Amino acid sequence: MTEMDSAMILAGVVAGAAPIVLAAIGETITEKSGLINLSLDGSILLSAMAAFVVSYKTQSLAAGFAAGAMTGAAVAAIIAVFSIYLKLSQVAVGFVLALMTRDLAYFLGNPYSRIHGPQVTPLPVPYLSDIPFIGPVLFQHNITVYGSLLAIGLSGWYVYHTSYGLKLRSVGENPVASYARGIHPHGVQMIHAIIGGLLVGLAGAVFSLSAKPGWGRPQGAEGTGWIALALVIFGGWNPVKAAAGAYLFALLQVMGIYFQGWFPSIPAQVFQTAPFPLMIFILVLMYASQQESVRILAQNRPWLKSILRFFSAAAPTALGKSFHQQ
Amino acid sequence: MAGKALHPVTCPLSPYFMRIELHDIHKYYGVSRANYGISLTIEPGTIHGILGENGAGKSTLMKIMAGIIRKSRGTILINGQPADYCSPEQAMKLGLGMLYQDPLDFPSLTVLDNFILGQTSTVRIRKQAFQCRLNRLSEQLGFSLNPDAPVKSLTIGERQQLELIRLLAIGVDVLILDEPTTGISDLQKDVLFNALKALAAEGKSVILVSHKLEDVENLCSRVTVLRHGMLSGNMTRPFSTEALLKMIFGTPPLPPLLSPIPPGYPILVMDTVSTIGGRCGLRNCSTQIREGEIVGLAGLEGSGQEQFLRLAAGMKKPTQGAIMLNGIRIDGRNHYAFKDKGVVFMPTARLEEGLIPGLSIAEHIALQNNRKGFGLQWSESLQKAEQQINWFHIKGTPNSPVETLSGGNQQRLLLSLLPETPRLLLLENPTRGLDVESTHWIWEQLQRHRLRQAGIVFSSTELDEILMIAHRILVFFDGRLTMDVDTKQTNIHELGRAIAGKH
Repeated sequence: MTEMDSAMILAGVVAGAAPIVLAAIGETITEKSGLINLSLDGSILLSAMAAFVVSYKTQSLAAGFAAGAMTGAAVAAIIAVFSIYLKLSQVAVGFVLALMTRDLAYFLGNPYSRIHGPQVTPLPVPYLSDIPFIGPVLFQHNITVYGSLLAIGLSGWYVYHTSYGLKLRSVGENPVASYARGIHPHGVQMIHAIIGGLLVGLAGAVFSLSAKPGWGRPQGAEGTGWIALALVIFGGWNPVKAAAGAYLFALLQVMGIYFQGWFPSIPAQVFQTAPFPLMIFILVLMYASQQESVRILAQNRPWLKSILRFFSAAAPTALGKSFHQQ
Repeated sequence: MAGKALHPVTCPLSPYFMRIELHDIHKYYGVSRANYGISLTIEPGTIHGILGENGAGKSTLMKIMAGIIRKSRGTILINGQPADYCSPEQAMKLGLGMLYQDPLDFPSLTVLDNFILGQTSTVRIRKQAFQCRLNRLSEQLGFSLNPDAPVKSLTIGERQQLELIRLLAIGVDVLILDEPTTGISDLQKDVLFNALKALAAEGKSVILVSHKLEDVENLCSRVTVLRHGMLSGNMTRPFSTEALLKMIFGTPPLPPLLSPIPPGYPILVMDTVSTIGGRCGLRNCSTQIREGEIVGLAGLEGSGQEQFLRLAAGMKKPTQGAIMLNGIRIDGRNHYAFKDKGVVFMPTARLEEGLIPGLSIAEHIALQNNRKGFGLQWSESLQKAEQQINWFHIKGTPNSPVETLSGGNQQRLLLSLLPETPRLLLLENPTRGLDVESTHWIWEQLQRHRLRQAGIVFSSTELDEILMIAHRILVFFDGRLTMDVDTKQTNIHELGRAIAGKH
């Protein structure tokens, strides 16, 4: 493989992962507050549809992105209100909404199927895009890809280096203790459900306006929501690690195409589905890293220790439990 | 300074001067009443004790004062002004802060993050400044806390110290401490009590909730006793233990009488057993437990006792060494193999490891029923539950979910679920958080099993309890079994030294 080839593969990975990165970061932020937005798969589709239709009608990409983000935020707000204030099961509401929003997207989007609409154009960054290798990998994309890169840095900074991020983590960990310290757990959860929903909605908009432009059934975004949910776990509820997981997933998918060329005797389906068993394998690794017998094994093996440290992460303690004030 | 008497300290010149009066406080949960018409006054610059049995309403009253529970009726006056607050945030602004029985903190976050939380609202956190403040305060009070350690690696005592410092940093003038001496070592208790005395001398008010008479008598200048959710009486120093006991219990309970019987054949033998986990694991532990013997495990929390109990119960596998049960080697097998041989383990965390929240008493009994078959024998289970409730004096009905029972009643239920003839009972802090009466009752019940030649091993943070009940005492320090001695051949001072590692 030449340098050109590998630069092209990596550029494809960075571009292809952009919506997954946004969705995984959004869901991580929501789950950090203790809420689970299980509607991701449907909400991405509904936002993709809304973004495409609005940008088609208004001929404005900005309006399209705004519509996508608002749609994601609205679905997230429904789940948050139902679980925080009406004390319903987040999992049940989220799951029902996942199915409902998907069908709603197909139903409402049907008149706009298979038509040509506005689409984001590439915008190479001046000077930076001329750097050999790094230029084509990172700086010859459109604005949505730059946005996904920016989101990684911003989310990591927000969650781990600001007082708001600290409050967010505290609520996901122990909402009663947060309340005792003058933090309002319900408010924090509500806000972060909406922020997470905005990012999920943007992910949908990125699909229909850039990554897989247009609307149809299937759109091509199907299944991404479930992957993003798995990536949150893969990343150990750390938005930066979740984004890294998104790139790994995209790399596996892109490599599948190449492997197909190199090993023509193996059926193409093997490479297409390979990322999914691999995700499960990584979850097994994460589980193993929590086991005492594995820790004993790692005691005198520094390399194993560092792998375990990467994979050892715990969910926010109060994830999925609702907080009631007495 | 657990043994030294303290005189009331007042400092009228202090800038913080908070006099709190509670008037006719009521709190109802549905029909049951947790507080019923309680009035009391907390003078500034004093340490005020609140005594009472489990379920007397102490914690509820304190949580009302801290704003985390809303009162049903009544008024709170601060310096004569009615203060109508209903959240911890507002209570803290007024200067009231509470240290909860189970520290309300964030185990997965670092000490510094725990300290900062609730104190800052700027976007960027000035970590440096907070770290200085944390170090300065902990130095002043004689604590040593590593700001970068995760809180889950700390002992309960250290977590309390962190909370105490945090409350002081946000400028609390009235400190409420709910059972602060449960689960901490004597050394940590001394450090804590010295800090409290210093704070009271500065003019802050300290409210100490406890069911340990000794602590309250040593530290407080005034005591209020609650009983069945009502005010039972007040007393100022000097205290009369007799009178206090009468206020707490009505009639003073008798200590349990345990007649020693000669121990029989060994049930459990451990030969140079090691394991990892917990704070320091367990290394090279060799001992045996005989029939009809009660063995007490002493040591600071996390010194190896919990590993010992879990190894003996088959919940953990040793990394080296051999465990024999009834003369047969059993290490490497799982908990069920141990259970088949009559080993019973009762962990500290009743609701997490011992009982199943959400299921009722009758359902627990039905689960216990070994008879095979698909259908549940409901009438039988209900009948048995009724019988056990009467026999074990559990306050509840067959259909009460276990999480609605009080700590003492949960422990009674666990006892009622024990098999009829266990060989070896492993009890982790069996009387933790229980009042004197419940403690005695539990030991009387356990006595029954011992008379049937069962071996009993228990851990406790109360040296007095171990000395009173155990035939033999094992002391753990830093993951090692450092002392194995007959109770008759030792005393509290020797044990105290061994626990602190000065052997």
